Amino acid sequence: MIEERFDAIVVGAGMAGNAAALTMAKRGMKVLQLERGEYPGSKNVQGAILYADMMEKLVPEFREEAPLERHLIEQRFWMMDDRSHVGMHYRSEDFNEERPNRYTIIRAQFDKWFSSKVREAGAIVLCETTVTELARDGRGRIVGVRTDRRDGEIHADVVVLAEGVNGLLGTRAGLRARPTPDNVALAVKEMHFLPRETIEARFNLKGDEGVVIEAVGTISRGMTGMGFIYANKECISLGIGCLVADFQRTGQTPYGLLDHFKRHPSVAPLIAGSEVKEYSAHLIPEGGYKSIPQLYGEGWVVVGDAAQLNNAIHREGSNLAMTSGRIAAEAIGLVKSRGEPMSATNLSVYKKMLDDSFVIKDLRKYKDLPPLMHTQSENFFLTYPQLISKAMQNFVRVDGTPKAEKEQATLKSFVKARSWTGLFGDACRIARAWR
Amino acid sequence: MNVEPSVRVEDKLYYNRYLVDVGHPHVKVRAHKTPSPQLLALLKACPARCYELNDDGQVEVAVDGCIECGTCRVIAEPTGDIQWSHPRGGYGILFKFG
Ligand SMILES: Cc1cc2nc3c(=O)[nH]c(=O)nc-3n(C[C@H](O)[C@H](O)[C@H](O)COP(=O)(O)OP(=O)(O)OC[C@H]3O[C@@H](n4cnc5c(N)ncnc54)[C@H](O)[C@@H]3O)c2cc1C
Ligand code: SF4
Repeated sequence: MIEERFDAIVVGAGMAGNAAALTMAKRGMKVLQLERGEYPGSKNVQGAILYADMMEKLVPEFREEAPLERHLIEQRFWMMDDRSHVGMHYRSEDFNEERPNRYTIIRAQFDKWFSSKVREAGAIVLCETTVTELARDGRGRIVGVRTDRRDGEIHADVVVLAEGVNGLLGTRAGLRARPTPDNVALAVKEMHFLPRETIEARFNLKGDEGVVIEAVGTISRGMTGMGFIYANKECISLGIGCLVADFQRTGQTPYGLLDHFKRHPSVAPLIAGSEVKEYSAHLIPEGGYKSIPQLYGEGWVVVGDAAQLNNAIHREGSNLAMTSGRIAAEAIGLVKSRGEPMSATNLSVYKKMLDDSFVIKDLRKYKDLPPLMHTQSENFFLTYPQLISKAMQNFVRVDGTPKAEKEQATLKSFVKARSWTGLFGDACRIARAWR
Repeated sequence: MNVEPSVRVEDKLYYNRYLVDVGHPHVKVRAHKTPSPQLLALLKACPARCYELNDDGQVEVAVDGCIECGTCRVIAEPTGDIQWSHPRGGYGILFKFG
């Protein structure tokens, strides 16, 4: 079976790879997909929020079939100092709609299901197979892969690299640079199991309603980072991630940070009495627009996390992965339908199509934010959260101090910590980067 | 002062499923006399605490508990301090949830 030649080989059965393999197989192309895990999903970690719009474009009926946890009706943002959090919550009955917009999922389960759709569409999916090398012809074009399953090369017209954030194959082959400590974050995560009713009571939910909490502040100890708490049906996903460069610089341990987050007085009651069933860790691309590498070449395209397509500001990744996988597959289909070779010139249509999609448009919008957050991490993740907490406490505590004096004290604390020029500069920098 | 209770990573790894590829470690540390700053950073940065100092002050790696995140590669592969690959197909961490 494997001696044949394929129209396309897809490396990886994550979100990007499954989207690409499904799209090509549906078009009747002969697709081989290779995944190193025992089953699709066994190597993958996500929060995880699934965005329905992008999923619908791939499997319109996914709501009836896919293993979904809860549909989200509420989003909480927390800014934390060591003893408090200031929150902004958005909850709306509008999200209890017929076709909900966002769901929590569990990746190992979801990916298995997604992969079953890829097989149904006619692709050959081989798990427990690590691709070890890209195969080239005499002119340096990518013509296939080598795996650890058997000797020799497997050939295809085009190789879709959906190998995730580490992207070992592409970096070893010199197609793009290795991720650097300042363009990837390390996240650690635990799965906390509790009875369904307990989760619903603690998070103020009924039925399959869900809520997610994103948290920043002193929990990352001055590093660029974010914590998250997502409600699933019978468990809570809880984790925290910070830039690898910051871990390297500060000597903080990821598990120390995670346990500190879990013990925070705002967090501990949510997971009290839970049974932990897994501890995981994964990198997240954080470099944004400026770190997107070359996306195509002679006989290859790269999609998803491997191409750093991740919107760290909005915590979107899987949807960019799915969309880039689908668009790459459509581009390949286009080249094939014209009977043309999978050359760099012809495959450049992938980049054009991606540039026109929300993927590149969103990343371009925030192109200056990652560097700003990374160089000013102490201010944004330590100083401001503490100041804001103090201001809130000043505002709500009733102790006989006249309000005008309280406001003066709040203002003074801000100026003392950051100076007028510092405050003004930070405001301008954020506004500019956000625009 | 905040006194941190120490966190035992071993207890966390105990929750996980692995298929260890005995005799084929996918991460190797280059032999050295004194460890580089990058190697030393791995003692803290690895989320599974796979890196330890031996009695002679050199950094050693034991990959049985590796979660395959790639952090050590990002930090210490550029300096040549470590070699990092994926485990053979099917081996290594097997997430039940992920
Ligand atoms: C803690 C955390 C929380 C997140 N939360 C969210 C969220 O809430 N919402 C969201 O949209 N995104 C989130 N993301 C980002 C999201 O998980 C990623 O953007 C997405 O998984 C990328 O998909 P991918 O297919 O590019 O890569 P992956 O899903 O990582 O898939 C890559 C696949 O390739 C396989 N592979 C790699 N190399 C080889 C090889 N040589 N041979 C064979 N197979 C190989 C891997 O085993 C894997 O299955 C989160 C990420 C993390 C780490
Ligand atoms: S890949 Fe991650 S878990 Fe494995 S040794 Fe490196 S840092 Fe540790």
